[in-house]
Amino acid sequence: MAMQPVKFYQTGSFAVGNRLLPVRYRTVQSDAGRTNSLNSGHRACQGCGEALGARYALDAAMRAANGKMIAVNATGCLEVFSTPYPETSWRVPWLHSLFANAPSVATGVAAALRAKGRHDVRVVAQAGDGGTVDIGFACLSGMFERNDDVLFICYDNQGYMNTGVQRSSATPPAARTATTEAVGPEPGNPFGQGKDVARLATAHGIPYVATATVAELHDLEYKVHRAMEVHGARYLHVFVPCPLGWQAASSDTVRLARLAKETGLFPVYEAEHGEVTSVSRIRRPLPVEEYLRPQGRYRHLFAGEGRPDIVARLQAMADANIRRYGLLGPDEGAGDGPATLADDPAPAAGGGR
Amino acid sequence: MLRQLEGSRAVAEAVGLCRPEVVCAYPISPQTHIIEGIGALVKSGALEHCEFINVESEFAAMSVCIGASAAGARAYTATASQGLLYMMEAVYNASGLGLPVVMTLANRAIGAPINIWNDHSDAMAVRDAGWIQLFAETNQEAVDLHVQAFRLAEELSMPVMVCMDGFILTHAVEAVEMPTQAQVDAFVPPYEPRQVLDPADPVSIGAMVGPEAFEEVRYLAHVKQLQALERIPAVAAEFAAAFGRTSGGLVHGYRCEDAEVIVVALGSVLGTIKDAVDELRQRQVRVGVVGVGSFRPFPEAALRDALGDAATVVVVEKALAPGAGGILARDVTMAAAGGGAEVRTVIAGLGGRPITKASLAAVIEAAGRGELEALHFLDLDHTLVDRELARMGTQRRSGPAAENILRDVGVVSARVR
Repeated sequence: MAMQPVKFYQTGSFAVGNRLLPVRYRTVQSDAGRTNSLNSGHRACQGCGEALGARYALDAAMRAANGKMIAVNATGCLEVFSTPYPETSWRVPWLHSLFANAPSVATGVAAALRAKGRHDVRVVAQAGDGGTVDIGFACLSGMFERNDDVLFICYDNQGYMNTGVQRSSATPPAARTATTEAVGPEPGNPFGQGKDVARLATAHGIPYVATATVAELHDLEYKVHRAMEVHGARYLHVFVPCPLGWQAASSDTVRLARLAKETGLFPVYEAEHGEVTSVSRIRRPLPVEEYLRPQGRYRHLFAGEGRPDIVARLQAMADANIRRYGLLGPDEGAGDGPATLADDPAPAAGGGR
Repeated sequence: MLRQLEGSRAVAEAVGLCRPEVVCAYPISPQTHIIEGIGALVKSGALEHCEFINVESEFAAMSVCIGASAAGARAYTATASQGLLYMMEAVYNASGLGLPVVMTLANRAIGAPINIWNDHSDAMAVRDAGWIQLFAETNQEAVDLHVQAFRLAEELSMPVMVCMDGFILTHAVEAVEMPTQAQVDAFVPPYEPRQVLDPADPVSIGAMVGPEAFEEVRYLAHVKQLQALERIPAVAAEFAAAFGRTSGGLVHGYRCEDAEVIVVALGSVLGTIKDAVDELRQRQVRVGVVGVGSFRPFPEAALRDALGDAATVVVVEKALAPGAGGILARDVTMAAAGGGAEVRTVIAGLGGRPITKASLAAVIEAAGRGELEALHFLDLDHTLVDRELARMGTQRRSGPAAENILRDVGVVSARVR
C-alpha cells in the first residue's frame, strides 16, 4: 500500500496546528505549566515582535533547563519595557548590566556557576540587534571564541528602536530610519553595508547557530530546545518586526515575519560547528514587494513613480539568499516539517526543519 | 614567612589566599605579572574552585566580574591606565549594582602621549565611580590591603580598588611577609551576597530607575562610602591584631608632631618623602608627612586631625587636572579649610618621571619659607616647554607637540648621568 505523508498546512505556513499534535509535541506556550518568564503587564508596544519572541524563547529555555536558568539582558527596548522600577515582568533570575556587555556578563554568571559546581543551572543572554551586531559585538565574539556555556539570543528588529528608530548595522538597505532618511537619490539605508551576525557566529565554529522568526513560534521553541540540549556557546538570531520602527500595523507583526522568510530576505536555518545543517524551505516564493509594501519605512520605494530599481536590488538580495541556502531545494521532505511525527525524535517538532 | 618576592607575584599569591572563584583578566603593562601569577595558581590546581578567564578586553573583564559577582561568586580582576578607561562604563556599573568586586590597579599614566610608566592619572579618572580606592605604600601593604579589600567589599557590598604604583611596586622585588592560608581564611569568611541570581528565588537586578528614586539610590552609594569610612580603620585594626603588623587605614602620619610643614601624598612616593623628611629633620626643619591610605572614601576628618596646626600643607601628587591643577590637593584643601593652613600643590612624577629626595627637599624648604607657588610642577623643564610654545606661536602647522619635544630632548641616554 502506498504511503502518503501527512502534511499540515492549516495555518497557511509550515507551522503545525497545535491541537493536531500529540501532547508531547505541543508548544511550550500552550502548556498551562509554562513559566511566563516575561509576564504580562510590561510596557512593550502593541504588536511588539521582541516581546513575543522573548516570551516564547525564554519559556522554552526554562522548560529545557528544568526551571533552573539565569537570564542576562543588554540595555534596550526589552530591558526598558520589562523593568520600570520598582516593577519587573521577569519571573526568572534576571540581570541587566550595560548595553555592550551582555555576552561577557553571561560568561561571568556561567563561570560563577561552574566554580560553585552548579552544573544544573543554565545561562541565557539576550539583546536587541544593536546590543548584538554593533556595540556588543566584541564581547559576543569573545564569548563565542572561548565557547563559553551561554545561549545568546538576538531579537533583531533591524534598528535602534528604543532611542527613536536609528540605523544599526542590522538595518536593511533602502529602509528609512531617523539617521537614514528617505531623501536624496539613494533614499534610506545604503546598499553594500550591514552585518550578518548569524553567519559570523557560524564562522566562529560554535556548537549551534540558528535563525528563526516570530511567525513560526513552534520552530523558535524547537530551536531554543535544541540549543539547550548542547553546551558551549550557542547563538539564536530571531527576526522580530517592530511596528513602531517599521511604520507597520501592530496586527501585521507575524505576517511581516512570515513574509520576510517566504520572500527569502530572511533565511531561516540551523548550523552546527560551522556548517549549515538544515534550512527552512520556502513553500511558495513571494516577491519582496509583498513584504516591503505594508511597511512605512519602505514607502518611498512605492510613492509616485516608485523606485523599481531599488526594489529590484532588494529582490536580488532575496534571490541570493535563496541560492546560498537552497531555500527552494528539491528535497521536499526537509521543507515540509515533520512529515511523519511518529518517527520524529524531537520533543517539540517545529515547522520547516 | 618573610620571602623575597616581586610585588606582582606577592599580590597574586595574596589574592589566591583570598580564594577568589572567578578571576578575569586582560593583559596590560604593568599589571601583567599579577594575572600571570594567578593564572598559574589556577592552572596548576593550587587554587581550587576558581575559574580563570582570558577575555578580549578590559571592558569584558569587568563585565565578567559583574556577572560572576551577581551570581554569588567572589570575583577579581586587575588592570591599569588605558585598560581602566576602556572598562570605565563597567567600573561605574559594578558599584552602581553594589557588587563587591576587588580589582588591583597597577597605577600607570594615561595617553596620549602613550606612556607605560607610573603615575596616578588612572585612579583619579575613576575617583567618582563609587569604588573604595585604597593606596599601597609598599609591597607589604599591597599584599595586606588585598586581604582587607575582600573583607571590606563583601561586608559593605561595594567594589574595592587596590592601587599600587606600576613598576615601582609591581616590579620591585623585596622582602614580603606572606600571610598563611589559615590566617586569611580566618580573616575573610566565605562570601555571603546581599543579592544573588538564584533560580530558587528569582530577582531582577539592574532595573531601570527614573527620577522618582534615582537620587535615593545614589544617596545610598554615598552612605556606603561613609560606612566605609568607619569600616576601613576598624578592619585595619582587626588586621593588625590578627597579623601582627599595621597596614591599611585612612591616613598615616609620620613625624607630624610640632610640624610647620606637612607633606601629603598617596602611594609609594611616601617612602621617598619620609627619607627627605628625615634629612630635613636632622637640619631642624619642622616637617612631617601624612600618607592618605584611602582616597575614596576621602577621610576628611581624619586628615584634618592629622594635619594638626601645620601652617603649610604641601600636596605632592602624581596626577594633573589640566586647567585646574591638583586633584588630591582639592580634597586636601577641603579638609584643611578653616584651619588656616596654606595648601600648596606639587605635581610630580608624571609618566614615571623620578621624584628625587633632593627635589622634594627643595620644594619643602621653599614651602617652609613661604616661597612655593600655589601650583608647582616638580623638575619641569621650562626650556623645552618654551621652545614648543614659541613654535606654536610662530607657525600654524607646528606639528605634533610630543614629537617636537622629543626631538628637542635628543637622545635619552645622553641625559643619563
